Amino acid sequence: MNPVFLDSPGKTVLMMGNEAIARGALEAGVDFTSSYPGSPASEIQEVLARAARVFGHHAEWAVNEKIALEACVGVSFAGLRSLTSMKQNGVNVASDILNTQNLAGVKGGVVLLVADDPAAHSSTNEMDSRAHARLAKLPLLEPGNIGEAKEMVKYAFELSEKHRLIAVVRSVTRISHARGNVTLGELPKRARSPEVGEFDRFLAHPIMHPLLINKNEAIRQEFESSPFNRYDGPEDAKTIIITSGTGSMYAWEAIRSMGLKDEVGVLKVGTTWPLPKDLIMKHLWHADNVVIIEEIDPFLEDNVKVIAASGVFEELDVPKIYGKRTGHVAGPKGPGAGEMDVNVVEDILGKITGKGRPKPTEKFAQAKEKLSGFGLPTREWAFCAGCPHRASFWVMRTALKLDNRNGFVLGDIGCYSMGVTKTGYALSRNLSCMGAGIGHANGLGQLKDMKQPVIAIAGDSTFFHSCLPGLAHARYNGSNFVYIVLDNTATSMTGFQPHPGTGRNAVGETVEPLDIPAVCKGFGIETEIVDPFDLEEAVATVYDALQEGKLKVLIFRHKCQLIQGRELEKPRPRVYIDPEVCVGDHCGCMRLCSRVFGCPALIWDAENGKATIDEVVCTRCGLCVNICPQGAIKIEEENA
Amino acid sequence: MAIAKDPINLIITGVGGQGNILASQLTATAAIDEGFYASIGETYGASQRGGSVMSHVRFSKEFQYGPLIPRGQTDIIVGFEPLETLRVLVDYGNENTKVIFNPRPNYPIGVLTGAQQYPPLQELFDNIKGLVEGAKVVAATELAKELGTLVAQNVVMVGALAGSELLPVSVAAFRQAIADVFEDEKKREFNMKAFDLGVRGYAEAKTL
Repeated sequence: MNPVFLDSPGKTVLMMGNEAIARGALEAGVDFTSSYPGSPASEIQEVLARAARVFGHHAEWAVNEKIALEACVGVSFAGLRSLTSMKQNGVNVASDILNTQNLAGVKGGVVLLVADDPAAHSSTNEMDSRAHARLAKLPLLEPGNIGEAKEMVKYAFELSEKHRLIAVVRSVTRISHARGNVTLGELPKRARSPEVGEFDRFLAHPIMHPLLINKNEAIRQEFESSPFNRYDGPEDAKTIIITSGTGSMYAWEAIRSMGLKDEVGVLKVGTTWPLPKDLIMKHLWHADNVVIIEEIDPFLEDNVKVIAASGVFEELDVPKIYGKRTGHVAGPKGPGAGEMDVNVVEDILGKITGKGRPKPTEKFAQAKEKLSGFGLPTREWAFCAGCPHRASFWVMRTALKLDNRNGFVLGDIGCYSMGVTKTGYALSRNLSCMGAGIGHANGLGQLKDMKQPVIAIAGDSTFFHSCLPGLAHARYNGSNFVYIVLDNTATSMTGFQPHPGTGRNAVGETVEPLDIPAVCKGFGIETEIVDPFDLEEAVATVYDALQEGKLKVLIFRHKCQLIQGRELEKPRPRVYIDPEVCVGDHCGCMRLCSRVFGCPALIWDAENGKATIDEVVCTRCGLCVNICPQGAIKIEEENA
Repeated sequence: MAIAKDPINLIITGVGGQGNILASQLTATAAIDEGFYASIGETYGASQRGGSVMSHVRFSKEFQYGPLIPRGQTDIIVGFEPLETLRVLVDYGNENTKVIFNPRPNYPIGVLTGAQQYPPLQELFDNIKGLVEGAKVVAATELAKELGTLVAQNVVMVGALAGSELLPVSVAAFRQAIADVFEDEKKREFNMKAFDLGVRGYAEAKTL
């Protein structure tokens, strides 16, 4: 059984950070959860959706983060507890409501869980969303490990209710996608019944601004004695580390590994906005050296410096503050870029204390020199074997070549982001935020002197998330571009979550699907549906649309290969290359299948000078059968 | 013999889609049952899309360590693919690191398109051998063929790790972890078989 659901208080289990966060919400008796998927946060809502049947709360996938947060706030009006979880980009989408509801206030606890992605493992950016909490003057909690993530989420509901503000909890990849020991707490019975009181009003108005500032002061006072803030080390340590989030784990480990326990203190701050300034000031008094360890931006660092600067009124002898601003705290990518780790902490402690960290032996140092970085072939991301996007990009590539006017593709975020790389034949020219492709096309598509045709693409989930206003805009202003919806029937990049077009909801119930072509036709735009695996037909359709020179929508519909693979009842017939027919480099195709088409299952057998198929990787989708000019790629007959 | 050290650092490495996460989850679940603090850090950005994947797994009786192993400090590497094994060994290993790996290559897209060259296998093996002694070659993909599917190599490799007895975690605790993680009886039996193949595979493994 998934440990998240266990009713065994006191038991210690292995849990993923996102599971611990979900468990925290369950232990707080959450009533309502709404989210749009995004790595590294997606599993939180997946778990809460699975838990909904057992615990009775509501769980849904929202069409975007703004709607999710607004729904949560609405539920709060009735006194219920709600949680929304999102990746850092999501907070940007939700920021309008965030920066008005701070004034309008909430009633039932509302927790916004944001999972940032230092080093951008699964993002286009490493934005530090803590700035949003400060911008909106909302309380911010940063868990230092997985167990604390659970406790903080639980506390965040109380905090939100007490001060009638949305509470923000900031996780990062190394919490959300890490696993560790978690001790389970009690699971309460949910007993709240929804009611909006006769005198309940939630109004954003500038008159509320001073009240919001007063709330921040009250929260700051509460944070001064919060158990999430902790100092470990000698009372009068001359060197201290002030740290938040995962930084505390790395700080403690570096102190252990360097034997500095009796010399260096660690002030771990879990409540990072508003900062407990008295607590921080207390430790600035005894320190000569202060090292700030945190993920991404110098957020804590800047705010500690503000506190230190105010110390001049009390004649504080301001200590040296080592951080990202001063360049002292930096990994291989430089200060403020990439993620924190033990080595970064060891390096700065080494500079201050004169203690070094172990160096690799000569043999390993040489091997690093030769083989690290680009010394070994790197692994560029690629569409999976059998991915419909490979077919779609092959189709667009062929049609744009036939059209011969230097046309190009504008896209956004999803698996098809990889259209900017080799696997998508580098057709896509941009990579930024969801819905940007259609937005850019809205501009380019209205230039009278523009000779190049424009294709805008977006996935089916993105279509609902952020393309509808762009589509309305295009129809209204008469933009000229071809808009292709790459409909693979799921939010594939983040783990196949359903969306309004799929006919399923978060808890697995069947619902009436929204029909994407009908929506587009409803906007008054000519719309066609094509299967990109039908290469010939799809190429002709795109080519014709480009030649027509007006706004047109094409729906490329083919189910995500990973979902197809799960649904298959028996394996598909084997796809193989007939060595009698493949003539290798004598063909003149320039190894079209392995080099150009770029499916990871089509490999080159150097020994025999012919193409072959890696059976471990091949999904037997059969697309490549249609591209070999010799007809050497074949599908095994059923009973052969 | 089990490594006598605290913490013990293990890296499981491979290519997206090879099943790293399950392997690290089984191993850490087994360790927690034996009274360890276990921490896992997964690096799997676009994991299903052919990128390099690495799971850091740390075991301690004293302290809940962070999820990242400092460079040069891994004690054990379980490699699902030879190129990835060497890549991780160079950055995270040291002369005492124990290596167990599946020798079956998985070709990066850059190699397929001709932009890069996959090093000759013997060269990869020689590089590994030059850095550490006694690396074990477990033909996990071939062993998984006995189960009729090649994808079970991850659990075969977990079996090999258990069979190596490098971790102070018993084979029985690993078996219990498989029983805990797989609720579905068929899947449980299947993975138990894969695990046992790995335990046996280690005993019969070639040493580099």
